[in-house]
Amino acid sequence: MSNSVIIEGPNVAHGIDTGDHHHGHEHHEQHFITKYIFSQDHKVIGKQFLITGIVWAVIGALMSVFFRLQLGFPNETFPIMEKFLGEWAKGGKLSPEFYYALVTMHGTILVFFVLTAGLSGTFANLLIPLQIGARDMASPFMNMLSYWFFFLSSVIMFISLFVQTGPASGGWTTYPPLSALKEASLGSGVGMDLWLISMALFVVSSLLGGLNYISTILNMRTKGMTMTRMPLTIWALLFTAVLGVLSFPVLLSGFVLLIFDRNMGTSFYLSEIFIGGKALPHVGGSPILYQHLFWFLGHPEVYIIMLPGMGMASEVLSNHSRKPIFGYMAMIISLIGITLLAFLVWAHHMFVTGMSPFLGSVFVLLTLLIAVPSAVKVFNWLTTIWRGNIRFTVPMMFALGFVSLFISGGLTGIFLGNSALDIHLHDTYFVIAHFHIVMGVSAFFGMFAGIYHWFPKMFGRFMNNTLGYIHFFLTFAGAYLIFWPMHYEGIAGMPRRYYDYSAWESFKHFDNLNAFISIAAIMVFFAQLIFVVNFFASIFRGRKVTVKNPWGSPTLEWTTEINPGHGNWEGDIPEVHRWPYDYKDDGNGNDFIPQTVPLRPGEEAH
Amino acid sequence: MSGFLTIVLIGLVFVIIYQIAKASEYSTVLRGEEKINRRVNRSMALLFLLFFVAGMIGIVVCHNALSDKMLPVSASDHGVRYDSMLFTTLVVTGIVFVITQTLLFWFAFRYQSTEKRTSFFFPHNNKLELVWTTVPAIAMACLVAIGLRNWVRETSAPPKDSMVVEVVGKQFNWLIRYPGKDGVLGKRDFRKIDDANNILGLDWSDKDNMDDVIAQNGELHLVVNKPVSLIIGSRDVIHDVGLAHFRMKMDAVPGIVTTMWFTPTITSAKMKEITGNKDFVYEISCDQMCGKGHYSMRGTVIVETQEEYDAWMAKQQSYYALNNAPATPAAPAADSSAAPVQKTDSAKVLTMK
Repeated sequence: MSNSVIIEGPNVAHGIDTGDHHHGHEHHEQHFITKYIFSQDHKVIGKQFLITGIVWAVIGALMSVFFRLQLGFPNETFPIMEKFLGEWAKGGKLSPEFYYALVTMHGTILVFFVLTAGLSGTFANLLIPLQIGARDMASPFMNMLSYWFFFLSSVIMFISLFVQTGPASGGWTTYPPLSALKEASLGSGVGMDLWLISMALFVVSSLLGGLNYISTILNMRTKGMTMTRMPLTIWALLFTAVLGVLSFPVLLSGFVLLIFDRNMGTSFYLSEIFIGGKALPHVGGSPILYQHLFWFLGHPEVYIIMLPGMGMASEVLSNHSRKPIFGYMAMIISLIGITLLAFLVWAHHMFVTGMSPFLGSVFVLLTLLIAVPSAVKVFNWLTTIWRGNIRFTVPMMFALGFVSLFISGGLTGIFLGNSALDIHLHDTYFVIAHFHIVMGVSAFFGMFAGIYHWFPKMFGRFMNNTLGYIHFFLTFAGAYLIFWPMHYEGIAGMPRRYYDYSAWESFKHFDNLNAFISIAAIMVFFAQLIFVVNFFASIFRGRKVTVKNPWGSPTLEWTTEINPGHGNWEGDIPEVHRWPYDYKDDGNGNDFIPQTVPLRPGEEAH
Repeated sequence: MSGFLTIVLIGLVFVIIYQIAKASEYSTVLRGEEKINRRVNRSMALLFLLFFVAGMIGIVVCHNALSDKMLPVSASDHGVRYDSMLFTTLVVTGIVFVITQTLLFWFAFRYQSTEKRTSFFFPHNNKLELVWTTVPAIAMACLVAIGLRNWVRETSAPPKDSMVVEVVGKQFNWLIRYPGKDGVLGKRDFRKIDDANNILGLDWSDKDNMDDVIAQNGELHLVVNKPVSLIIGSRDVIHDVGLAHFRMKMDAVPGIVTTMWFTPTITSAKMKEITGNKDFVYEISCDQMCGKGHYSMRGTVIVETQEEYDAWMAKQQSYYALNNAPATPAAPAADSSAAPVQKTDSAKVLTMK
């Protein structure tokens, strides 16, 4: 990172904002603040998203440890919890109010702050300019704003953890009237207002980022980088951004109406309510409206979380198998299919809300349709590793784990998308098991594969392999140990979001299983700390990267210097001549041909 | 302080782990990277395969440990169809699960990198891709067909002869209203709710309300083999009537009336025999997060024969009678078996039977 910033020449001017260009004709050392804090370099912004995401992930995971202690051992007390949570865990026993606050915050943090901002924020920023051959994003300034809105949103969400009535506690979906009425729950007080403000800022951040990603991909590809020569990571990140840009505004409108209902006496979501000893004046609203607005984002959100992982797994599987991705066009078409269908399936979260059963039938059909492109992707990944030359590196193992988890979690979606089964499984542990495996752990595996794979590009060093392998096996085994048995609890009808099951004749016999799951969850939590230590220690002490292209990858990011400065390439941006998966003999003993190498005479373009 | 120390201690442990791991990296370099990498590759490929074997055994162990903890046979006719559909879906997805996972782990192990191996350049094959687009599409179409057939049945209009019961959720318990002798639930209005004497806001100007019975203990009495249509509502936030043993579920939404119907087929007494659990009871669970008491929002269902039901109902007093007893002091509210003195029109249905 010692490189001074080199921003000059005709190839650069369109890539950076005029403020920078003004100083462009002189080499200069940037001040620490503009280089690392208010940086407009997409690589630094990517790292900022990643590190903020890691901090949030640790907080969110720690919360799950606390509530798993309550679920697994409802009759025990844990004085250490009082150290962390104070009044909320008096005598080492979590209060029900705070249990629900923890569940809510765990969901919000992991879904939005870690797996949306932390995942696509990191890799869209890092990879888009590097892999398409651009100096930076279309608007580096907007890109910087995107991070700082996210930061602001994070700060507000963090503050909400400390208000007297506690943070929002109505579930991460925050359905009104529960979230709209202060009388309904402690967490619906100030905590909920802060939650809404924080989420509104988050939407702003997400839109600023998403618009930038789309315009960069569409406009700033280097010479020869046609759309069908882009790596699948870029395709995946493009559709991720499209999903976000089209659906986050709908969520924001839902939140704005909720803010009105909470503070200005409107009745968008409220009707015929008697609470706190009196009948409220609201008539004519519908709580179902909120659910439609929420899930119109909420479902595409699942794919916003999944697609980057899919893209990175494709890239990593192909690279470490030394074999082209199978069915490149089919992969793109299935991404398009998933993106389109993602907008048409939201109401499968609402089969039992009293929505019209006919509407329900339509959504059953559309929901199960989405299994087809997903299946195509799985088969293509399997064929990609078939007859490969597989290097069991840490990123490869996470990518293989990603596929395994995606299969396991994807198949249970077929149960829940079918309304006649959902009528029993809805809001049980089956749902928890399903979405944690598929958009929780599987997406995390995609993210880990990406981090281990691109860490050398980010920091010029490798992460430690031994710790990486330990991290992989503990997490992989732990994830299945936690979530596999939950399917059984769900089929037995055990409802989610319960503080204690011991009073229920139908569910209390799962007490031993709950304790087992809690122990596994705590184990997995500590396994993640291995990753965190590995990550931060390797930034400063990891083995140094000595060659430009340590993985032997044909894509453009590995043609830059080991520690590229702002502007990415010294001199001209390389020209692209072939697709990104040419893993074949180059005639010099290498098993791949970089995208920058022109076609040999007589060689057919893919 | 001790919390802080614990954190410091955990931090130290991780630093030590990192240092050990780092040392192994140096030794790798010393002993020849190429050779070590080959060995690591072999052992990781083997471990990965062993993971699969252990996982498959784990699935069997898990199944054996949990299969006797599952729900008993379905207690409703809808539930029987649900169970068979669940089984079909399990078989279809189970087959896909085993095949794809086996291929994944086997390919990974089989095609691990060796010194001699080169990969096979195989970028696409239209025939293969056509096959595995069509096959899942057909499988999905079959599952959709089964699902929609059941869904249409479950959400169809209830039979004419079904009994009607209203279930209303509030933080944090269930209120059950029976229509009484006339079989009609009277009007209610949330503005008339009073926790002291009109818990559901029954409109007393509606004569149909006079004989309505409200069970505040959340006991839902049903008659075996008689269809029941539940009219579901909520007083405050969204709740959900979850009937796991009947495989049914429906949200209770303030401002909206939702419904579901089914036919209970096994009495509570019979189910006690089937499960061999003398404490067995059908439970109503709230399945939609509704606040701090969500986990304790419990109701019960008692499925009984027509005679038992009639006998139980005969003992119930209408909600009107219970709460307006002072207005008609002659009616002995406590003793429901005594014939009430009928003084006025509005009191003519003071008590049941």
